[in-house]
Amino acid sequence: MKVRSRTLRLVLVVAAVLLLGGGSLGYVLHARQRDQPPQQVAADASFTLAEPGLYFRDEATGRIARQPGGRTPRLTGGPSCDRFYAAGERALCLRKLPGVPARTQAVVLDRRLKEIRRVAVAGIPNRARVSASGQVLSWTTFATGDSYATSAFSTRTAILNLRTGDLVKSIEDIPLTIDGARYHAPDVNYWGVTFARDDNRFYATVSSKGRTHLVEGDLRRWSAKALRTNVECPSLSPDNTRIAFKKKVSDDPKSPWRLYVLNLADLREHPVAETRSVDDQAAWLDDTTLAYALPGSDGRRSDIWATPADGTGTPRLTVAGGSSPGAVH
Amino acid sequence: MYLATNGRPDTSPHPSGVRRRVPGTVIALGAVSLVTDVSSEMVTAVLPLYLVLGLGLSPLQFGFLDGLFNGATALVRLLGGRLADRGGGHKRVAGAGYLLSALSRLGLLLAGGAAGGIAAALAADRLGKGIRTAPRDALISLSSPPETLGRSFGVHRAMDTTGALLGPLVAFAVLWATADAYDAVFVVSFCTGLLGVLLLLLYVPNSAPVRTTSAPVARPELPRHRPLRDPAFRRILCAAAVLGAATIGDAFLYLLLQRGLDLSPALFPLLPLGAAAGYLVLAVPVGRIADRTGRRLPFLLGHAALLGAYTVLLAPVSWATLAAVLVLLGIFYAATDGVLMALAGPVLPAHGRASGFAILQTGQALARLVGAAGFGAAWTFWGQDAALWAAALVLAGALAAAWRVLPPAAPKDGVPSPSSSATEAS
Repeated sequence: MKVRSRTLRLVLVVAAVLLLGGGSLGYVLHARQRDQPPQQVAADASFTLAEPGLYFRDEATGRIARQPGGRTPRLTGGPSCDRFYAAGERALCLRKLPGVPARTQAVVLDRRLKEIRRVAVAGIPNRARVSASGQVLSWTTFATGDSYATSAFSTRTAILNLRTGDLVKSIEDIPLTIDGARYHAPDVNYWGVTFARDDNRFYATVSSKGRTHLVEGDLRRWSAKALRTNVECPSLSPDNTRIAFKKKVSDDPKSPWRLYVLNLADLREHPVAETRSVDDQAAWLDDTTLAYALPGSDGRRSDIWATPADGTGTPRLTVAGGSSPGAVH
Repeated sequence: MYLATNGRPDTSPHPSGVRRRVPGTVIALGAVSLVTDVSSEMVTAVLPLYLVLGLGLSPLQFGFLDGLFNGATALVRLLGGRLADRGGGHKRVAGAGYLLSALSRLGLLLAGGAAGGIAAALAADRLGKGIRTAPRDALISLSSPPETLGRSFGVHRAMDTTGALLGPLVAFAVLWATADAYDAVFVVSFCTGLLGVLLLLLYVPNSAPVRTTSAPVARPELPRHRPLRDPAFRRILCAAAVLGAATIGDAFLYLLLQRGLDLSPALFPLLPLGAAAGYLVLAVPVGRIADRTGRRLPFLLGHAALLGAYTVLLAPVSWATLAAVLVLLGIFYAATDGVLMALAGPVLPAHGRASGFAILQTGQALARLVGAAGFGAAWTFWGQDAALWAAALVLAGALAAAWRVLPPAAPKDGVPSPSSSATEAS
């Protein structure tokens, strides 16, 4: 080997390191300038839950907004949240914390949207729900890396009872009965909790061995039993008689779900008029109308649509550029 | 620098130095792997978050994308070995693989949110990884004297693992510095990958030393080597596959630790890092030991260390268990990964080495997939403890089988001294 070629190679390597390293550093600095960390803002003093209307996340600003109804323009002045829901006296705001591994901050807000409690959990914000009274709250996050199939995601669902102060960060250890027998499996995952008016009964989805079940749970007795299969993200109607849910209807990963409504009295189900695949926990605007988010058109990340719960009618676009719908009465 | 590797008549070797120095090509390939692993592990560490958080893909879609290519990688690996042996040249084939993986980062960047583009970029990355592995290992083995093969692979794997450890750190540093700008991670990864390709071009000799003596035109006269017809190779493949099928997958072990200790999710990603650190530290010493005792014994004892890890987990889990499992896993990798290549290298002729390695690695990988799937099923149906007992028994059985299948001290095993064969016989 000749010294000259050795020197030449060294020069080339040093030049490449400088060039590529400089390029990397330049790009990182550019990205740093470009993406200022999203400002986590609190609600404006004038923006509270006192006004009835449809509350949702405004996708353009990341803040919570209100659509009073009719032709009145939306009012954006709420806190920054990635997922939001409000009912009764309380609101729940999930925020992704920056950095890796992903963590989520669940913030409980009062009617004036002032923070009264915050809890940090692992994962990415996914679902948020508050009972009609506002006293019981639940949220679900997607977590990576705690499953044996390392690339797969698992869910973590927490329930916070403000009356008793009980916080269960992951409800996966709740005694579960499927088909009348106590069920044990390492791979149970819960998501999408919805509460009944008594602040005790709740519904959720549990998945295990590739199947999803609708479970009915009891907070005081701390137990759950499976009612039927293929029900995800249940949402109990205000009169507590029906459950809206997403049903897996296809193995096509592009459009796996349809929105259905299950009648709890006779366990009969029917699809709603929405034919697109809905990946959301639907919200009842009243006892007859469902709202849910769909991927937005015209480059928007997400739009909110509404459709009658009885399967009639046609879906209509309710909020362009919104997600996390929830009606406050 | 390449005295030991080139063997050209005009470069007179210093025999004393040859024995002690790690061949320059091995160091160069180690450096290439280090830099490339930084590049690829950066992306691996952030990809799930990027897809679901940055792009809003549902986890279901992510699992679909991810699972799509895992099977294909094995076949591509065989192709890479074949190409390198059939006159493509090890360096050229490996280089193409490295370049493809580096360019795939650019694809990831340009794909934006399009699922199709992302899938194509991921496929290109896996293709590159599949193609390069066997020719690279063949280059390592062809550049090293047979009696120090274990050390050469140890050095390479230690450097490789260093890169794998650094990658996620670099990625997290970039995300931290930029408020989660994933595109910056891809750009840095792309630049790092290009540097790896450049190091390969500049510092790895064009062809393996054995090839330089035979002119390229003479190559077609060589009969196509069929490793599977060679009984010595078949025994090694068979042992590796049987032991691989008895391996349950590290992720399961980490999950058992996590459940036993109720580890916080933030600490969970550190477990593989702990095992990798053990591997990093032990790779070279174990490689040296393998050169002295013959590679069969460390290879088997490495699996015995894995059996030890299973056994430790059968007892109630404590922090001591965690330390023991991580150390045992480190030993397992140090004593089996590179050592297996060192074991198989000498039984494969130079012109069939890349394809032989490819067959061996593919066989082992497929067997491990079967093992992990089987354990997953056992866990689901029998519960954690019964499944772990079963895994330990199966591994013990596989060890006994491999002990018999692998010839104690094959004359081709690169074990010159009779004393070491005596050690093995005892």
